[in-house]
Amino acid sequence: MSDRVLIVGAGHAGATLAGLLRQAGHTGPVHLFGDEPELPYHRPPLSKKFAGGELEQWLRPAEFYREQDIAVHVGEHVVEIDRARRTACTASGTSHSYDHLVLATGARPRALPVPGAELAGVVSLRTLADARALRTSIAQRRPMVIIGGGYIGLEVAAVARANGVEVTVLEREDRVLARVASPHLSEILAAHHREQGTKIVTGAAVSRLDGHDGRVRAVVLKDGTTIPGESVLVGVGAVPRDELAIAAGLRCEQGIVVDAHTRTSDPHILAIGDVTRRPCQDFLVRLESIPSATEQAKQAAATILGGTPVAAEVPWFWSDQFDLKLKIAGLVPPRPATIVRGDPATGRFALFHHDGGTVTAVESANSPAEFMAGKKFIASGARVDPARLADDRVPLRDAVIA
Amino acid sequence: MPKVTYSLPDGTVHAIDVPCGQSVMDGSVRNNLPGIVAECGGSCSCATCHVFVEEGQSFFDEPTDEERELLEFADGARPDSRLSCQLILTEDCQGVRVTVPDTNG
Repeated sequence: MSDRVLIVGAGHAGATLAGLLRQAGHTGPVHLFGDEPELPYHRPPLSKKFAGGELEQWLRPAEFYREQDIAVHVGEHVVEIDRARRTACTASGTSHSYDHLVLATGARPRALPVPGAELAGVVSLRTLADARALRTSIAQRRPMVIIGGGYIGLEVAAVARANGVEVTVLEREDRVLARVASPHLSEILAAHHREQGTKIVTGAAVSRLDGHDGRVRAVVLKDGTTIPGESVLVGVGAVPRDELAIAAGLRCEQGIVVDAHTRTSDPHILAIGDVTRRPCQDFLVRLESIPSATEQAKQAAATILGGTPVAAEVPWFWSDQFDLKLKIAGLVPPRPATIVRGDPATGRFALFHHDGGTVTAVESANSPAEFMAGKKFIASGARVDPARLADDRVPLRDAVIA
Repeated sequence: MPKVTYSLPDGTVHAIDVPCGQSVMDGSVRNNLPGIVAECGGSCSCATCHVFVEEGQSFFDEPTDEERELLEFADGARPDSRLSCQLILTEDCQGVRVTVPDTNG
């Protein structure tokens, strides 16, 4: 309870852990280091609500950290770990000792390796500063090209369209959300975005960005097509910020490898959040989501304080696009068998993916009951009757085969 | 300022002043009380702020369909279950008592 805990990274995972340690009665020093100049904030509004006044939402007010005796070092970049001495050194040259070091350094947007990516008007989205830049470009109604049809790209596309901005989404694969959603959901969402006036081009390989006076003017594809745009968002995925861990010799495989207790290959170092590759449903996966960050913060608190290990969770996340509140649980298999409940045309539906009647994932829109039930089906390994589950007149509970 | 009494999973009871316009969830998060996880920051997305409203139910707006559906399958749901992010305090709210279940995943 008197151990010294250093948390590197003041995003959702790191800040949640700091609070959880105090909740559980930890009395030792807790230090939270963040690269960014701001106190920890909610990241989901960055892509979902950035155009309006709801962008800046702090996880807790400044007084909270003082009251809870959590030392927050904003704008402090940890540059080196000395595992033998158990110290971490910051860019300003201060050295901090630890009993437990927690790496919560998150991920950074994957760079687009094409000429012109450095032009003004080309942004990626990870930080509050990025979102403010995007807000300005939306306010000026600059035609926007979004490179990458993932969740970030589609959320930003939805906000931009809702604000009357002309939007083109360029996706390299043959469908949007190719790596993260079922083909069926991709198809439904692409149709929904097109109905709202978004242009979506799939199979689009970007060759270069053209500019004028240092500002982006167009995106050029490998087939020669030129798409004019005065604002370009690059949303082609994120890479874990595991450099510190690699330099310190911790086991990393595109992310810091941790166990279900968030332990790395060094017993004094834990890792949580987007930077990790973690066990989940028999796989080692990178999950970039708030629920996963929260879950790992709980696991880390239990490990540091010697508490009861946290039970395995069903991974899930949410996304907001236009009037669709999407909630997805489980890991979507590559070639799912799917039960559709509700009607995608009405914007209220759930796709239950199953393996011989055992639900493994659910993708839902504006269907909280289906989502919650689906999450329970997955957790319990319940078997469902596909025909009954597909009929939304049959109560969800009655779709389970007893 | 309205006072809200929280009975927590660990058996402790906390009476907290929560400013008008804030939610029962906000009061818990601001004071670092265990039990209300509040992952989504109060946008009625995550259902990790489930409480039982033992006293003062009538001070609050009726749950929306969305909240009702989230609660229908929440662990340990009861007729007095609410999502505390939807319980916004006003001057009238006197004597609100909530119990926080230990199942806010």
